[in-house]
Amino acid sequence: MKQKVKQLRLRKATKNKLIDSGLVAGFYLIVMLILTLMQAFGISGGYQLRGMLMPIGAYLIFALSLNLTVGVLGELSLGHAGFICIGAYTGGIFSILTESTIPIGWLRLLIALIVGGLSAALAGLLIGIPILRLRGDYLAIVTLAFGEIIRKVVQSFYIVQDVNGLHVSFTKPIDASTIDQATQKVILNGPMAMQVPQNATILLVAILAVLTVIVLHHVIDSRQGRAFMAVRDNLIAAESIGINVTKYKLIAFVISALFAGIGGVLFAHFNTVDPTKFDYNMSIMILVFVVLGGLGNLRGTIIATIFLYMLPEWFRPFSKYRMLFYAIVLIVMMILTNSDSPWVIKLKETVKGWFRRKGKTLAEDAHEEEAD
Amino acid sequence: MSFISYFVNGLSLGSVYALIALGYTMVYGIAKMLNFAHGDIIMVGGFVIFTAMSTLSMPPIVAVLMAIVVCTVLGVVIEKVAYRPLRNASSISVLITAIGVSYLLQNLAQLIFGTGSRNFQSVVSVPAWRINDKLTISGETIVTIIVTTIIMIGLTLFINKTKTGRAMLAVSEDRGAAQLMGINVNRTISITFAIGSALAAVAGALLCSSYPQIGAYTGQMPGIKAFVAAVFGGIGSVPGAMIGGVALGVIENLSKAYISSQLADAIVFAVLIIILLIKPTGLLGRKMNEKV
Amino acid sequence: MALLEVNHVSIAFGGLKAVDDVSLSVEPEQIYGLIGPNGAGKTTVFNLLTGVYKPTEGEILLDGKNLVGCSPAVINQRGIARTFQNIRLFKNMTVLDNVKAGLHNQNPYGTFSGIFRMPSYFRQERRMNIRAMELLKVFDLDQEYDFKASNLPYGRQRKLEIVRALATNPKLLLLDEPAAGMNPNETAQLMQTIQLVREKFGIAILLIEHDMRLVSGICEEITVLNFGSELTHGKTAEVLRDPRVITAYLGE
Repeated sequence: MKQKVKQLRLRKATKNKLIDSGLVAGFYLIVMLILTLMQAFGISGGYQLRGMLMPIGAYLIFALSLNLTVGVLGELSLGHAGFICIGAYTGGIFSILTESTIPIGWLRLLIALIVGGLSAALAGLLIGIPILRLRGDYLAIVTLAFGEIIRKVVQSFYIVQDVNGLHVSFTKPIDASTIDQATQKVILNGPMAMQVPQNATILLVAILAVLTVIVLHHVIDSRQGRAFMAVRDNLIAAESIGINVTKYKLIAFVISALFAGIGGVLFAHFNTVDPTKFDYNMSIMILVFVVLGGLGNLRGTIIATIFLYMLPEWFRPFSKYRMLFYAIVLIVMMILTNSDSPWVIKLKETVKGWFRRKGKTLAEDAHEEEAD
Repeated sequence: MSFISYFVNGLSLGSVYALIALGYTMVYGIAKMLNFAHGDIIMVGGFVIFTAMSTLSMPPIVAVLMAIVVCTVLGVVIEKVAYRPLRNASSISVLITAIGVSYLLQNLAQLIFGTGSRNFQSVVSVPAWRINDKLTISGETIVTIIVTTIIMIGLTLFINKTKTGRAMLAVSEDRGAAQLMGINVNRTISITFAIGSALAAVAGALLCSSYPQIGAYTGQMPGIKAFVAAVFGGIGSVPGAMIGGVALGVIENLSKAYISSQLADAIVFAVLIIILLIKPTGLLGRKMNEKV
Repeated sequence: MALLEVNHVSIAFGGLKAVDDVSLSVEPEQIYGLIGPNGAGKTTVFNLLTGVYKPTEGEILLDGKNLVGCSPAVINQRGIARTFQNIRLFKNMTVLDNVKAGLHNQNPYGTFSGIFRMPSYFRQERRMNIRAMELLKVFDLDQEYDFKASNLPYGRQRKLEIVRALATNPKLLLLDEPAAGMNPNETAQLMQTIQLVREKFGIAILLIEHDMRLVSGICEEITVLNFGSELTHGKTAEVLRDPRVITAYLGE
């Protein structure tokens, strides 16, 4: 019995992990297959689809990592873009600086990923220590504040490289006329776009997205993951069974920042980056993916991210209404999943009624949902 | 420009923040929710005035009154449709809904008025006050400071002296007990949203007159900063919101003048973080404990 | 030496003394009752014992070591576990995971071991699963191990909360109105379970209860609180005959 239970549990968790990582890998394989076939048969139009593959991978990493904080730990973070920004800039600057010293592109990018990820994780640690004591709404607003601070500080940096090394100035713009193109190189020019070598590949993005899925599954299905969920479900009860709440909030926050940073490095290597990209709206867009997919549900996040990213791109006339659509989705999702208003409950029962097979009670339905 | 001029402009900006912060703080105190869409009500108010004055050529005062009416109705409707179903839900889901509403308003405005920003014709016709060669205070600044002072005095009297005001205090203290005492909680919350939104409309008129531009995102940053002001003063506290708003406006304007205009926002947010870390309930806020 | 010694503990909220100069001592493997009318400060005493509140005066000793100033998590690690008057389960987690959360500090491994699936992860997880199922079986909850906690009926949720508390391997278990909302049948069953827990786990139990049948049936000693201070204490049967106690409950 005990042995059976153990195996059953393991099998279930492993199954979910395999399905979710297979979902991401399968998505990339199928799209690549379609693209190859289109090319073989001379059908045009693959360009647009191909162009979406890398951003989708990056957004998968962003959304999955945000789900760890918002869905699993239960703390609303509105500053995810801040950590992405740190990853993009530290990783990007590293790649620019080492472009000549590390000529092997993939190796340089790999180190950049580590540098950017660790920088973001460090930022998560430093920011998390003071702020994670704050509760709910306050925490949300402070993460928003930090996201904006990071962006504003980044766009106040100006870095020029020459034979004497790096010249960093803060809030003092570079005078373009003093730059000698032959000996000096502008690394970072405040709010202007940064020129990072664009050597990320679809394969790398896909691998990292799959790895993110696997690692997050491992985190959630562990002692630490249970501690996160315990904190989310009932903070006082979690303390009462000996869980150090602050410590586990911090661990979740740092892991989340680490992956945001890694995604940010990738982002900088297939996209020109400037600080305005990492604003509050980016954080909200990622939050929409997470909320629509279902808080704490990695599979939902994966599907929602892919779907919501591709949909507006495919229906061009629709793209104007994209944000409007997101907004309505957020409101409706929240009301449907959290309201205890009689009319909402009635509405849900009615909708369920349409799909219910004959001769089944609602309670049985509920059990089935659990079994899924 | 001299220090005094920066300071007075800061006071003016701070008064607007205070007006917006009042809406945040009252709603938070009474409905225990962070109405993230509050800042966007300012934008709606601004656009109503813009349309009324430029398209319908109405006189400024009528336009402002119209904005107040529209915003009040909008605030009450938003509460009824989006927030009331979530009265017993977790704070995170209410906050996400509010973010959704904020996004909805911004994007609707963008669809109607386009993505760029428009020039806003000031509703103030008071002439500037020339004190000496170096120091001139604009009519907008004068009007802003006077109007906010009057509103704040009026609001304080309203809350402490009228029956409705006291009902609001009671609901913010203990919703369940207030209900048992015969106070209509839903109605009180609606009134709170109505007042908050009306104040936001006034704030919109003043803000857009001082910084004569309007776009779909006009309300976002002032809204967030006003929230910072409300937290600074202690969320739920009316005098706290006033002090917080004014202080924040002055800090922002002085850091723009003496430190860096690019970093002014970052400094404002840093102030928020420092305040929360030193005194998590803000200057005048009270501690709220969860019952175990 | 007593397992738990509470010496002259008081706490004031503003001007109100919610608990005023309360002392009690619980021996190992004793079942001790804390009773009193509503608002007498019983749950506040629990909150003081578990570090949710910090007493303004007095000391709380477990095995002779002072607990005042320790966080709730540390106090649990030192050996006090509790249940709550209004059930506080991890609602969205399964029954099994609720208990495994309780085993958090019993079978530790690091974050990296979890992420990289080191051998210690598998070893400790297996131990946790076995231990959790053993505990669930004691309370006849093992068949529902894969249910979401919020889908259990009320009485079984109370039981699960006790299992979760026991999983932290306490020396002293605090039960806050365990029989609330139960019918006489369920209460009788609960009494057996509480005695079984004491015997099987060898721990002391301090409980708050309004159901006098339960109190007189299983508590060896009780303390009666009224308006935040101690009215009397002693052997259960004697105390319950005390006219002051009857007055406190029923009025003059």
